[in-house]
Amino acid sequence: MAECSGIDSNPSSHTMDKSITLPPDEIFRNLENAKRFAIDIGGSLTKLAYYSTVQHKVAKVRSFDHTAKEAASDKLYEISVQEEVTARLHFIKFENAYIETCLDFIKDHLVNTETKVIKATGGGAHKFKELIERKLGLKVDKEDEMTCLIKGCNFVLKNIPHEAFVYAKHADSEFRFQTTNPDIFPYLLVNIGSGVSIVKVEAEDKFERIGGSSIGGGTFWGLGALLTKTKRFDELLQLASKGQHTNVDMLVKDIYGGSYGCLGLTGDLIASSFGKSATADKGDFSKEDMAKSLLHMISNDIGQLACLYAKLHNLSRVYFGGFFIRGHPVTMHTITYSINFFTKGEVQALFLRHEGYLGAIGAFLKGAEEDNPNQYSWGENYAGSSGLMSVSPDMNPMQRARSGTFDMLEMDRLERQLVNLPLLQDPSSYIPDTVDLTEDALAREYWLYCFEEALDGVVKRAVASQPDMLEAALRAEKFRQKYRHKLQTLRHQPFAYGSLTVRSLLDTREHCLNEFNFPDPYSKIKQRENDVALKYYQKAVKSLEELSWEERQFALVRGVLAGNVFDWGAKAVSDKCLIPLCAQTDCVVFLSERPWLVDSYNQWLERMKGPPHKCALFFVDNSGVDIILGVMPFVRELLSRGTEVVLASNSGPALNDVTNGELQILTERIAAMDPVIQAGLRDDRLMLVQSGSSSPCLDLSRLDKVLAMVVRERQTDLVIIEGMGRAIHTNYYAMLSCESLKMAVIKNSWLADRLGGKLFSVVFKYEVPAGKPSQDCETSTPS
Amino acid sequence: MAFNGHQRDDDTVDEDETPTKQPRSNKEMPGYFRSEPGSEAAAPAGRATPDRRSSNATARHRSDSVKKTRPPFPWFGMDIGGTLVKLVYFEPKDITAEEEQEEVENLKSIRRYLTSNTAYGKTGIRDVHLQLQDLTLCGRTGNLHFIRFPTHDLPAFLQMGRNKHFSSLHTTLCATGGGAYKFESDFRTMADLQLHKLDELDCLIRGVLYIDSVVSSGPSECYYFENPTEPDRCVQKPYTLENPYPLLLVNIGSGVSILAVYSENNYKRVTGTSLGGGTFLGLCCLLTGCSTFEEALEMASLGESTRVDKLVRDIYGGDYERFGLPGWAVASSFGNMMSKEKRESVSKEDLARATLVTITNNIGSITRMCALNENIERVVFVGNFLRVNTLSMKLLAYAMDYWSKGQLKALFLRHEGYFGAVGALLELLHPS
Repeated sequence: MAECSGIDSNPSSHTMDKSITLPPDEIFRNLENAKRFAIDIGGSLTKLAYYSTVQHKVAKVRSFDHTAKEAASDKLYEISVQEEVTARLHFIKFENAYIETCLDFIKDHLVNTETKVIKATGGGAHKFKELIERKLGLKVDKEDEMTCLIKGCNFVLKNIPHEAFVYAKHADSEFRFQTTNPDIFPYLLVNIGSGVSIVKVEAEDKFERIGGSSIGGGTFWGLGALLTKTKRFDELLQLASKGQHTNVDMLVKDIYGGSYGCLGLTGDLIASSFGKSATADKGDFSKEDMAKSLLHMISNDIGQLACLYAKLHNLSRVYFGGFFIRGHPVTMHTITYSINFFTKGEVQALFLRHEGYLGAIGAFLKGAEEDNPNQYSWGENYAGSSGLMSVSPDMNPMQRARSGTFDMLEMDRLERQLVNLPLLQDPSSYIPDTVDLTEDALAREYWLYCFEEALDGVVKRAVASQPDMLEAALRAEKFRQKYRHKLQTLRHQPFAYGSLTVRSLLDTREHCLNEFNFPDPYSKIKQRENDVALKYYQKAVKSLEELSWEERQFALVRGVLAGNVFDWGAKAVSDKCLIPLCAQTDCVVFLSERPWLVDSYNQWLERMKGPPHKCALFFVDNSGVDIILGVMPFVRELLSRGTEVVLASNSGPALNDVTNGELQILTERIAAMDPVIQAGLRDDRLMLVQSGSSSPCLDLSRLDKVLAMVVRERQTDLVIIEGMGRAIHTNYYAMLSCESLKMAVIKNSWLADRLGGKLFSVVFKYEVPAGKPSQDCETSTPS
Repeated sequence: MAFNGHQRDDDTVDEDETPTKQPRSNKEMPGYFRSEPGSEAAAPAGRATPDRRSSNATARHRSDSVKKTRPPFPWFGMDIGGTLVKLVYFEPKDITAEEEQEEVENLKSIRRYLTSNTAYGKTGIRDVHLQLQDLTLCGRTGNLHFIRFPTHDLPAFLQMGRNKHFSSLHTTLCATGGGAYKFESDFRTMADLQLHKLDELDCLIRGVLYIDSVVSSGPSECYYFENPTEPDRCVQKPYTLENPYPLLLVNIGSGVSILAVYSENNYKRVTGTSLGGGTFLGLCCLLTGCSTFEEALEMASLGESTRVDKLVRDIYGGDYERFGLPGWAVASSFGNMMSKEKRESVSKEDLARATLVTITNNIGSITRMCALNENIERVVFVGNFLRVNTLSMKLLAYAMDYWSKGQLKALFLRHEGYFGAVGALLELLHPS
C-alpha cells in the first residue's frame, strides 16, 4: 500500500508542548525569502520543504587594466567581496505535536512571499488541511503520495552522493554507503508504511506499483498494540529489540529436533511464526518476545515478497523506505536479514539517508516544476543539514538531546550541472576517497583530531581575511562553534553524512566558512603568493630551457612537486615556511631523493620520448609557486610537444587552491611574458575550464558538464592530477581509461606513515590502463 | 493421475493372492509396476530394486515376489508435524479364515481398537468421512482410515503402543514429518519401535498423486470453486486432475511449503513461509484466549475483519485508481488497531476473522508470485489449515482468480492434511 501512514488518532500520547520556543538561528532559516512550500504529514512526523534564496558573500577577482597603468598598482588583480544570491532547498522534519507552533512561527517570519499555494502529501495532509490554510493563508494543494515519493527518491539518488547504504548490524561501521551510480534506473522501491507498496521505477516519470502487501508497519503497530498493550510504535520496537522470538515461534528444530538437512533448512529457521503460542500456556509469553516474533514475522514476509517481485522483474537494486524503516536499526536489520536469506545474498537491501524526506522533496518538486529543478545539480549543504541519526538512544548519547526536536536537510543549487568524468574506467565502481574513515577507526580518530587542532588557525585566518569588518571576529567565533559541533557529531556518528572522509571533513569546513560569510579566507595570501611567483616565472623558464631534454623533463617534474609543497592547508608546511617567498630552488630541499615512495618516473620519461599526447587534462592545486612555477612550465613543455592542455581548476575557493577566476588572470599575465603560452591560448590549444568543485579534493564523478564535454571533444588521452587532496586523499586508486599521472608530496607525517613513507615523501604514479599501449593486445590468441 | 500412460497391462495386476476380488482398476499402485528407466534411475538403490527388476519376468514369478515383499500387517503411515500427527491405517477386509487363525492377538486388538472407535483418548480423532472403502493395496483389499491427534499428545500414543505390545508385531513404522526425526529416540525408548524415516515432501507428493488416482467413487478428491469472485454464486465443483503437471503444490500446515511439481519424481521446493496455520492459531489464542483450531475458526466465522483491517477505502475514500486498487482491498492488516478507540471497539470474533484473512491472503500473495515466477497456472492447496476451513479456501480461490485476472486456478483436495501419511504408507508397501 501507499504510505497511508497510520495516523495515530491519539496525539495526546505525545506531549503537546506549544510553549516550545524555536531556535530561529538553526531551524526555518532563510524564511524571509522563502517561496514555494510543500508539506508531508505522516503518522507522527511532519516534513516541511521550502525553497529560498540565500545571500552570501563571494570573493571575486578582477584583473587590473595592466596595459593602461602598469605601474599604478603592484597588485596583480583586485579582490572584491560581492553579494551573491544562490538557491537553497530547506527541509525540516519535526513531530506532528509541534505543527501548530511551527505554522505560527512560519507565519510570523514569512515576509514578502508571493506564494499562494502549499503542496501537501502524506496521510495527515487531509487532517491538517484546515489548520494550515487558516494559519498560513495558503491554499493546500494535495499531491499523490506515491508520485511524490518516487520523485523525491530519484532526486536524492541523483544529487546526494552516499545517499544509499547497506545496513550491517555487527560490522565495524553499521552503514556501508554505496557509490553513486550515475544510472539510477531501474530500481525497486519497497515502501513500508502501514501497508507495503512495491514500486518499480524505470525512468524519471515512469513508475508502476507492481505489487504490495497488507502486512506492513500498521500490522506491526496494530497487532503489536493488541498483543503487548504498548501504544507507541517506537516503544514496540524497543520491546522487540529486547525480546527472544524463539520463545514464541516454532522453529525448524522444534519440529525436527535439528535441521531439515536435505532442504538446507537450518534448525534455527522459523517454521511457524507464533507457532508456540498455540500450544503452551498463554501467560508464558513476555511482551518483548511477542514483539520480537511479530517483528520477524513481518520483516521476513516483506523481504520475501520484495525478493519475489525483484526476481519476477529482474531487478537487483531494492530500496526500502516508509515509517517502518525510517532509520530504525532494528527494522533495517531484520529486513536486511530477510532479503539476504531469500536471495541467498544476491540482492542487497538498500536504505536511504534521507528516506524520511522523500515525500516532502517530491511534493516540493511537483510544485516547482516550472523552475525545472531537475535541470540543475544540487549538493547537500553539510553546514545546514543535521545528518543521519541512529535511532537507538543507547547507541549514542548525543542523540537524546536531539530526539523529538528538529532534523534538517539543506541543499544548495549548484551553479553548474555536474556529471562524470568520461574517462573513468568504471563509473559505477568509482570511489573518490582513498580512506573511508567510517570504517577505519584509527584514521578517523587522527583526522578528527587533526581538524580540531587546525581550527584555531582557520579561525585566525578567517578573521585576518576581513580586516575591515569589525564583526568578523564574532562571525569567526560562530564558525568555530559550528564546525566544532560538526566534528563532535561526526565523532559519535561518523556516518552522519555518508562515508566520513578527509574530503567530507574539508568540504564541511568550507560549507561552514561560507555559512558565516568567509567566502575565501586565503584570497589575500593567494594574491600575494601569485604576485611573487609571477616575478620568478621568466627566470624559471629560462633556466629550464638551458637544460638538456632529459634533464629538463626531470626538472619539470621536480618543479611541480616542489611547487606543491606550498600548501597552506598542510600543517607541516605552514609551520615551516610561513612566508614562502622563496624561489622554487630554495624549497627543493624539502623533497626526498629518488627513488620516491611511489616512483614510476622512468616509465613516464620513456613515454615522453614517444609520440605526444593528443590532449592532457590537468587538475591543478595551489596558487602561487605551485601553479606558476610548477604547473605552468610543465604545461608549456606539453604544448611545445604538440599536446593540447586543458587546465581544470576549482569553480569556487577552497583553501589556497587556485580558482578558475584567478587562473584566468594568471594565465593572461604569463601569456604576456611567454610566447608559448600566448600561442597556446590564441590557437585554443590551451584551455582553462572550471571543475565545478569548491573542494580541496576531487570527485571525478561530479564534474562540470562543460569540462566533460571538452574532455570528450578533445579526445583527452592523459589526465594529470596534482596535490595531496586530489591525488592522495582522493583518486589515489581511481582507474582511468586513459593514461594518468598522479603527483603529490605527502605533507602530513601521519599519512606518510600510513603509506609507509616519511614526511615530504613523493608520490609519482604514472599509470597506463591495461591493454592500452600495445596494439598486440587486441589480436586475440586462440586458447 | 500417477499413471499417465506408463502403466503396464492389466493382467500383471491380476496375479493376486485374493482372486475372489476383481482387480479394482488400473489405478492402484502408482509407481510400483513401472519399469520406466527414468524412474528406476531416480530410485535409490535398496532392497526393493531387485524385486522390481524381477517384475519383468513371468507373471507367476512376480506374484511370488509380491507376496514376498509384502510387509506383514499392520500397515501404518505416519506424518508427525509441528502441530498434528496424521496417521493412516489400512484395515484389511479380505482376511481368510486361515489367516484369522494365524493372526496374533495383538494385531487383532489394534485393528479392533482403531476401527471400532472414532475418537481415541481426549484428542485423537478418526475422520470417518475421509475413509476410503474397498481399496486394493498391494494385493490386499480393505479400508483406509484417517486418524489425527495433536503432536503434544505423542507420548500418550507411544504409551498406548507400549501397552498394546506393538513392538511384538515386528512391523516397520514408516514415518515422515519433522517429528519422525525429533521423536525417533522416544519411539525407541518408550515403545521399542524402530522408525523408518522418510522425507516429508517426497511423501506429500506421493500421497497426493496416489489418493487422487484411487478415488473413483463418492465425492471427487479434487475440487475448485466456481465463480470465486461472486460470493452468492460461488460453489464447489469437482475437478479432474488428468494432466496435473506442472503443478504448484502449497502445503499449509503449521508453516507453509510451496513446491513446483513437474512430474512424480521431479519437483522442487520453491519457497515457504512461516506465516501458516500455526500462526493463525497461535495469534488467535493470544488475541482471543481460545485454545483450539475449531474454536478459532468458529469465532472467525462470526467476526468482521474490516473493523480490524484498514482498507483502501478507509484511506482514499474509495478506490485508489492511480494504482488500480479497489476500495475493499486491505491496505493494512490490523491497521485500524493502531488506534486506541478502535482497539477497544473490536470483538474477539473480529480479531479471529482478521487473523484468518491476513494469514490466508498472505499465503495467497506468495503463492501467486511463485506461480508467476515458475510460470505455473494450476495451484493445489493442501494441509490441515484448510480442514473445515471453507472460509480460507474461498478466500484463496478468490485471491488467485482476482489478482491473476482469471489466469490462476486454485484447487483443493478432500484429504487435505493426510497426504504425507499416505505417502509414508506407500513407502512401506512399495519402497521407492
